[in-house]
Amino acid sequence: MNEATLEIPCEIPAGARNPVEPFLRMDRMPHIWCPGCGIGTTVNCFTRALLGSKANLDKVAIVSGIGCTGRVAGYAALDSFHTTHGRAIPFATGLKLSNPELQVVVYSGDGDLFAIGGNHFIHAARRNMDLKVICVNNLTYAMTGGQTGPATPTQVISATAPYGVFEPSFNLVQLAEAAGATYVARWTTYHVKQLSRSMEEVLAKKGFCFIEVLSPCPTLYQRRNKMGDGLDAMKFYKQVSKIRNGAPTSECALTKAGEIVVGKFVDRDRPDYLELLRAQMTETLGDRYVEPEVVCSC
Amino acid sequence: MHADPKGILTGVHFLDGDHACCEGTLAAGARFAAGYPITPSTEVVERFAARIPTVGGLFIQMEDELAASIAIQGAVWGGAKAFTVTSGPGFSLMMEHIGYAAITETPCVFVNVQRGGPSTGLPTLPAQADMMQARWGSHGDYGIIALCPNSPQECFDLTITGFNLSEEFRVPVMMMLDECVGHMTEKVIIPEADAIDVTPRRYTKRTPQEFRLFEPQADQVPDMVRAGEGYRFHVTGLTHDERGYPSMNVETQDRLVRRLQDKLKPMANGRALCDTADLDDAEVVVVSYGITSRVAQRAIKLARQQGVRAGKFRLISAWPFPAGRIAALAGRIKAFVVPELNLGQMVTEVERATAGRCKVVPVSHAGGSVHNPDVILKAIVEAAR
Repeated sequence: MNEATLEIPCEIPAGARNPVEPFLRMDRMPHIWCPGCGIGTTVNCFTRALLGSKANLDKVAIVSGIGCTGRVAGYAALDSFHTTHGRAIPFATGLKLSNPELQVVVYSGDGDLFAIGGNHFIHAARRNMDLKVICVNNLTYAMTGGQTGPATPTQVISATAPYGVFEPSFNLVQLAEAAGATYVARWTTYHVKQLSRSMEEVLAKKGFCFIEVLSPCPTLYQRRNKMGDGLDAMKFYKQVSKIRNGAPTSECALTKAGEIVVGKFVDRDRPDYLELLRAQMTETLGDRYVEPEVVCSC
Repeated sequence: MHADPKGILTGVHFLDGDHACCEGTLAAGARFAAGYPITPSTEVVERFAARIPTVGGLFIQMEDELAASIAIQGAVWGGAKAFTVTSGPGFSLMMEHIGYAAITETPCVFVNVQRGGPSTGLPTLPAQADMMQARWGSHGDYGIIALCPNSPQECFDLTITGFNLSEEFRVPVMMMLDECVGHMTEKVIIPEADAIDVTPRRYTKRTPQEFRLFEPQADQVPDMVRAGEGYRFHVTGLTHDERGYPSMNVETQDRLVRRLQDKLKPMANGRALCDTADLDDAEVVVVSYGITSRVAQRAIKLARQQGVRAGKFRLISAWPFPAGRIAALAGRIKAFVVPELNLGQMVTEVERATAGRCKVVPVSHAGGSVHNPDVILKAIVEAAR
């Protein structure tokens, strides 16, 4: 990359407003994320996707777990829920089932969704619950200081693996596909256009959808592993990423410094939980079946 | 307001406590339940799973108790009245989300059909050893309401009361059954819908611009909204200000956490649910709850026959503990006798309220069966000396 192109003049004209402001709780800015962190970039992409989807924002709810990405719900100007560690998906399940007209987005991190919340992830995918799960994967537990997580590649130095990680990590996209997700994609925070487009696609798709976004953590992961700052992460993503739409997810495992396969890997249709429920109950109960009206009249 | 007649099985039934509890949830307006199987509580949701598709609602069997206990809270914020059901080991797993319901002031009901513990313990046999866990099991300071039915009829009636209190105070309510009450079968009368009072959710009348999600009203309880109505609200398990925004400072913590306890003060005093008899001339008062209160009833009768002036104080709402009413008795009786199916839990509250002004005699039992009434009788007679 030509370093000269990075010197962006930052004269903001008086009265100019960022077009993503209506999607954010501006009264909570500045956010807590570190310089060079990629979570804000993913949020920016998400706001673009919401804009593009023309969704009624009153009917979009966002649910997060705990961790750096867990704070996303708190900045989104939507009905937003910051739940307990690992439990964003079962909370979102109850929210969606009680109020099916809501578009429910789960936005959380790799540790939250795949270690403490791993069981919930696979079961929601198995049921094909109509949830859009966005996983910001920074390959570590960042909020607590950079410990080994279920997605941390081997050979990485972490706060709890000072001599290097030796246990194998999950390949998140393969796990999602195997568990039954209807849509599986992976991008990095370098691929902002593609990520926005993927997010817009899942907002229009029914069923359990999963997007993994590789995102830099310069403060902990990169510093410990001598991988530079946020800008170096962008260069790294640019250099090692390879777009392979439709690639078998089994070939998409991540390593510390190797190729990052990105793209849309799975886009399939399965009846979702509520469709399956309706079909089964109608078949067995006939006219006696009453469509759920879970929202209390009182 | 009156209950929704959909789902109310008006009539005279022969039901066990678990099934009666299920009918209570339906009468109270619950249309969402999430659960994970565990003896001896599963019958509650088994019946719900059979009943709800013809009433118009949902049951989902989740992958574990952690999931069940948070799925109901998602459903509540979506607009449902919701509950989960479990027993000891599952109750332990739900503690995380009892804390979440407490700090987010999410009205919901946890049914715990108690069995012997610790750990896997006695899966099919009774105990009352989760009473302190119900009150203190999640970390931090907060308040809850716990109700202790002692019959299938009360499993029905008090489940409705439990839902109503959870809506009024916006707290998790624990229905503290035990294996005996859950599995005993008795007559249960289910009234007409218009004879059942249901407390509506305290939805705000304010506009999204005026509304603050955790602004306490006159009774210290904030009004509520549900998702999808344009309020664009934020709910967090972090310490939060009246807007619902995280706020990591001492003042906010103090204001929030004190209010979470203080808002329940009416339930500790004037509105505590207690069943009392023969207190006017009593020299010994038996404090009991749940199945043990039915055994104690026999002991009290036998004591009276022997000339010992025994009285009954049954805790229907065990939490908040009615300390004021126990304290008022302590000054004029010789002793409290406190039988319970544990090695001494609620008796410590009785001791605290009594503050040394009369004797407090625990009648402990490690669980697995009910007391022999003679053991309670002996304690009453000795305490009267």
